Amino acid sequence: MKQLLDLFIAFFRIGILTFGGGYAMLPMLQAEVVQKHHWATEEELMDYFAVGQCTPGVIAVNTATFVGYYQKGVLGAIVATAGVITPSFFIIIIIAAFIQNFAHLPVVQHAFAGIRVAVAVLIINAITKLWRNSIKDKIGVAIFLIALCVAILLPISPVYIVITALTTGIIVKKARRLI
Amino acid sequence: MLYWQLFTEFFKTGLFAIGGGLATLPFLYDIADKYPWFDRTMLTDMVAISESTPGPLGVNMATYAGFSAAGVLGSLLATFGLVLPSLVIIIIVAHYLKQFNHNKFVQAGFYGLRPAVTALIAAAGFEVLKVALFHMDIYQITHKIIDLLDFKAIILFGLLLFATNKFKKHPIIYIAMAAIIGIVFQF
Repeated sequence: MKQLLDLFIAFFRIGILTFGGGYAMLPMLQAEVVQKHHWATEEELMDYFAVGQCTPGVIAVNTATFVGYYQKGVLGAIVATAGVITPSFFIIIIIAAFIQNFAHLPVVQHAFAGIRVAVAVLIINAITKLWRNSIKDKIGVAIFLIALCVAILLPISPVYIVITALTTGIIVKKARRLI
Repeated sequence: MLYWQLFTEFFKTGLFAIGGGLATLPFLYDIADKYPWFDRTMLTDMVAISESTPGPLGVNMATYAGFSAAGVLGSLLATFGLVLPSLVIIIIVAHYLKQFNHNKFVQAGFYGLRPAVTALIAAAGFEVLKVALFHMDIYQITHKIIDLLDFKAIILFGLLLFATNKFKKHPIIYIAMAAIIGIVFQF
């Protein structure tokens, strides 16, 4: 029960601080899931993200389901998922019910212009941390650079990048006779 | 009937929108054209609201559409419909991933996958950086490099980059500080 409550609270905090969707939650996930609760390692977190990329649904929800399931089975998955969507659920109901033109309020715009800068900094820190954990050799650097160029320059779904990288990993290991 | 429609429409969105975030957008446009719950203009506003409130666009839109169509119960059903497919699929994937985690093919796959996912996150970070530090909109009108740079934001960026690496506090502290600085200095 205590652990279910922990899962709910941790993912509620992640949900309430995920400004700007999907990847912006990564710094929060690292802080709550990896550093504070030790529910997953950096590598495992990345694997959940990767799977979340090529399965249906919202990345934030998928990652919550993953972590919750591994901690407390199906019930844990449901509790963590509920935690991550509860904050936005209430915020949107309040906005829908009371505040017209919420996004156009000057105070909101100024606050979020500031928050975007913080999110940019947090994401950059998250990426340097990921870099240290995920890129171990020259082939890793090559995959990173190619995937980065494709992701920035071409308007294609990340699903294809994920599938290509996965295949490349298997081919490389096969070529080195490690499988 | 209305409740059932809300549930099934957002269930479909949740089932077919792969890749997260804006991947839900085409499906939401489709709903806007088919039902009177929200129109395309509201959807555009919602993208802006989603960028300036916590939470994913898909979840926000389901909550919003459900609420405007059928009150709190409607928003619950639409949100539940959106989340349900991925909840079930991820539980199944997680179950098998654990079993096959030590399989050499799975490990080789993840060996290739991790750098690519880092790249995808870096690409998303690049987009955030562009919006946070540059005045793309003004530059497109004036074409002066000096107008491109948002100096207040760049100074805050430098300070925060230094502070986060020096003090290692919880991200919430930097987000709150940046919000206050944004309001006080009129970002």
